[in-house]
Amino acid sequence: MSADLPTTDVRESRRAAVAATLADVERVPGAKKPDPIVVADHITRHFGGMTAVDVDHIEIQRGAITALIGPNGAGKTTLFNLLTGFDKPSTGTWSFDGKSLHGVSAARVARSGMVRTFQLTKALSRMLVIENMRLGATKQPGENLATALFPPLWKAREKEITVQAEELLARFKLDTKRDDFAGSLSGGQRKLLEMARALMSKPTMVMLDEPMAGVNPALTQSLLGHVEALRDEGTTVLFVEHDMHMVRHISDWVIVMAEGRIVAEGPPETVMQDQAVVDAYLGKHHDTDLGDDSLLDDDTTEQLEAEVRAEAIARGEQEETS
Amino acid sequence: MRELATLDRSPTLRRSASVLLVLLVASLALLIAPSPARAATGPCVADAATGCINGTIRTSAGQPAVGVSLTVEGGGTTVTVTTDAEGKWTAPVTAAGDYTVTLDPATLPAGETLRNPSGNPRTVTVTLGSSSGALFPLGEPAASGGGGTGPSPTASAGAGETDGETGAPTGSSTEGGFSWSRLAQQTVSGIVFGILLALASVGLSLIYGTTGLSNFAHGEQVTLGAILAYIGVQTFGLPLLVSGLLAVIAGAASGWIQDAGIWHPLRRRRVGTTQQMIVTIGLSMALQYTYQFFFGASALRIVTANPDIVTIGTVRISVTSIWSVIIASAVLGAVAYFLLATRIGRATRAVSDNPALAAASGITVERVIRLVWTLGGALAALGGVLMGLYLNATSWNMGGALLLLMFSAVTLGGLGAPFGALVGSIVIGLVVELSNLVLPSDMRYAGALLILILVLLLRPQGLLGRAERIG
Amino acid sequence: MDWSRIFTNVAGEIFAPTTAAYALGAIGLNIHFGLTGLLNMGQAGFMLLGAYGFAIATIAGWPLYAAVLVAMAAAAVFALILGIPTLKLRGDYLAIVTIAAAEIVRLVGRSTALTEITGASSGLRGNEYKHTFTGASPFPDTVWSLGPFSYATNASNSWWIRIVAWVVVGLACLLVYLLIKSPWGRVLKGIREDEDAVRSLGKNVYSYKMQSLILGGVIGAVAGIIYVLPRAVQPDSMGRPMTFFIWTILLLGGAATVFGPVLGSIIFWAGLMLIKTVMRDGVPETIMRNEQIEQFGWIIVGVTLMLLVIFRPQGILGDKKELAINVR
Repeated sequence: MSADLPTTDVRESRRAAVAATLADVERVPGAKKPDPIVVADHITRHFGGMTAVDVDHIEIQRGAITALIGPNGAGKTTLFNLLTGFDKPSTGTWSFDGKSLHGVSAARVARSGMVRTFQLTKALSRMLVIENMRLGATKQPGENLATALFPPLWKAREKEITVQAEELLARFKLDTKRDDFAGSLSGGQRKLLEMARALMSKPTMVMLDEPMAGVNPALTQSLLGHVEALRDEGTTVLFVEHDMHMVRHISDWVIVMAEGRIVAEGPPETVMQDQAVVDAYLGKHHDTDLGDDSLLDDDTTEQLEAEVRAEAIARGEQEETS
Repeated sequence: MRELATLDRSPTLRRSASVLLVLLVASLALLIAPSPARAATGPCVADAATGCINGTIRTSAGQPAVGVSLTVEGGGTTVTVTTDAEGKWTAPVTAAGDYTVTLDPATLPAGETLRNPSGNPRTVTVTLGSSSGALFPLGEPAASGGGGTGPSPTASAGAGETDGETGAPTGSSTEGGFSWSRLAQQTVSGIVFGILLALASVGLSLIYGTTGLSNFAHGEQVTLGAILAYIGVQTFGLPLLVSGLLAVIAGAASGWIQDAGIWHPLRRRRVGTTQQMIVTIGLSMALQYTYQFFFGASALRIVTANPDIVTIGTVRISVTSIWSVIIASAVLGAVAYFLLATRIGRATRAVSDNPALAAASGITVERVIRLVWTLGGALAALGGVLMGLYLNATSWNMGGALLLLMFSAVTLGGLGAPFGALVGSIVIGLVVELSNLVLPSDMRYAGALLILILVLLLRPQGLLGRAERIG
Repeated sequence: MDWSRIFTNVAGEIFAPTTAAYALGAIGLNIHFGLTGLLNMGQAGFMLLGAYGFAIATIAGWPLYAAVLVAMAAAAVFALILGIPTLKLRGDYLAIVTIAAAEIVRLVGRSTALTEITGASSGLRGNEYKHTFTGASPFPDTVWSLGPFSYATNASNSWWIRIVAWVVVGLACLLVYLLIKSPWGRVLKGIREDEDAVRSLGKNVYSYKMQSLILGGVIGAVAGIIYVLPRAVQPDSMGRPMTFFIWTILLLGGAATVFGPVLGSIIFWAGLMLIKTVMRDGVPETIMRNEQIEQFGWIIVGVTLMLLVIFRPQGILGDKKELAINVR
């Protein structure tokens, strides 16, 4: 991994290339992608009587930056947890890079190349920054109990890991903090550390859970740059975000969730205008003046009731066909 | 994160009752299966009019010695008994007093001799309603005539911990095989024991529910009640009722003082619950040895007179136990009413459920916690007094021995669910007493502990707890 | 006040075999709690199992090394049985299960049903199982004196057990040192801090916790062997109080450090001996009888544990920044 971020030209051309592959994709929920790295079917997660996630079909394009957006309680983090093995779905099958991940534990998912970060940063505060980074590496024979007792067996690999860690730290501008406790870093720096640590295993896909949450605005630009750099190197990125600026700025594809379902998909420019998305965020009758008394007549009430019934029937039909 | 749960718990009571019923039937069904090794040939059952003398004879290789003949003389009667297929013999007697038991060496299996020939015949003292044992060990005759069994030293280097049985509860027979009357007897004992255990466990459950603290010193609250009752009755000569009342008041005060002096300041300093738990372990140690410091290591009898026994059907139960059950049930009923119907009680359940939300709703969480500690201390003290009467004795580690049973009960019922503690306690009480029918008496607590582990394996939230994300 | 005798007694405690046994037990607990954050409240159960395993195997005629292996295997199996269901549960659950499990070991061991094997509550007498150990000693059977300290070379409370015990303690410290500095130890440190983070980095957290439980348990079993070699196997003396003393020792010396358990054990036993001998000489019988002095010592232990955890949880050698009281 080079220490410099790719130049703007390289970035623009990569971005254009990815956009081109996605140009012909249908803008409907559950659209098929030309080269999906993640394919999931009929994923549901019930908590008692409540359905948190009910996704018919979802595909994530390889090498692209996909944003997963939606109002609070839409099920985005739950879907994240399901895909990465941190939660068990009630139903569903999904595969990563062609291999089924059903029933695979979170650690094995990470080992197969899909790493994730957390909404509440899990930088290991009582360990040094460099130790955090070393922990992220794979294939260290010293992590086996028997080999751990004989330093000559793992010292060489430890050196390699340290070099890789220092390169990443330099890239994320955390190299001066190398020997500090991770707990002493600021919130934004901890986010960067978590991202850098996730990259130690050279993953194929990185899933970021609200990477901008709690980060001061001055740092967001550099974070955006790092995420784009990942795409430029060929890593697939899926991130959950509320920050529309980030979504519009860097994502190649947007998937919108509401109430556990996918309601819209498409490139960022157009998906924002989708009626379903607007309704999901703002509510169906958001442009109605609630103070208007003339609305309180029987006609309007009947109309609303009819809409509710139609919705219920539509949902019933959908469940029957799925 | 705890989920929001409704504050309406009356369905819980119904559920508790039905669960209790199911478990009662289930545990009875489980334990009814007679183990072939205990085919009863009419063993002596100690009751109000009968005492028993019994024993087991094994060869020097540990096999049962069959067909050995023994003669029991005394009180104007002579009885001859023979050991059965397991080497066991029993002799019922109808009058209390001293009896001479003589073993006939000619009837010993081939090649066996008494290890202690000077110990034959033996003199045994029998009282009605209890069993006495006479031991005749077989083997190479020992040069120095010891007693029946070899010396059993209690550990002196380091602090030894004697087994938690401070006395056999009235009516609980530990020898003999299975019979319906024994089953009934043990069931009643189990329910009594369970109700008394519930008094202590409810406090433990409430404390865990409201503060998240597993209080390992709760057993010492129980001991405190029993010891204060002992002081009141034996040292100051107060009537039992007065001593008991004073013990409960002191227990409440000790709970209040603990929270005010230790736990509230620790919570304010944001000390984690794990650290607090280790503090309770230290407190438990300090308290146990303080009790031992002042009262010695031997058993203390709160009431020295023998209890009056009442017979209902085939079941013997002491009058004290009946009163204890009545008092305990009344108090538990009052606690249930408190939790369900009073404002403070509902506030307690709210805090137990979700302290942050409760605080945001205007409930003064710290006041509720203080109340819970006080109430818990009072209940534990009452439990200690009644338990001390039931077990015929108390000692410095009575609470410590009961602690694991309490944890079993609370975990079975669901950590943090006070009604669960009640259900769990009764089940544990039944298991402990009914396991007497199939297990040797010194292993009866092991059955309860096994339940504890099984519950945590299969259903960590217990019977009535909510399935939080465990781990 | 006979100061020279007091000094001799206290100094004797510093290298006594019991001190070494408790240090070893605390080292095992250090791996559980200090390195991994597992709340094992049943370390005495591991030690008792080790003692039984060794003694019973020796009584059955097995050679020394085989009996030690039996003890270690028993502890490993016990750890497996305990760990499989509980390592997925929250910390306090593991604490309750380990206490219950250790108590079950003690209850079963002291039960009359197993009298032929375990000797029930009387336990197993030392003469029955010490011969292979004393036989392995290179020293002649006599009594040696080193200054004021005079012990037998081989029998029971001997120089031989002292040498072996402290060598084993040293080896265990070396083991812990190597592990702390290794990548394996680094994973444990991460687990102690936040399991999910470590899972997201591809490590099989459950397997690491199990390895830690087994390793610490096996070391506890060896501690149990060393504990009973100078005395007898008595289940009632290896119950909850022993576990709580080991916790006090670990927290006193400093969890998650290499020498914390050793230092803690030395200070614990020497300090107790100091308090007790001074009081026995200085406090008249009318104020406090001898047993009461004994109990007073334990009260002090309980209070010390409380104060330690509240005011100095990192102990003497621990690092406050790396404070280990975070439960998995």
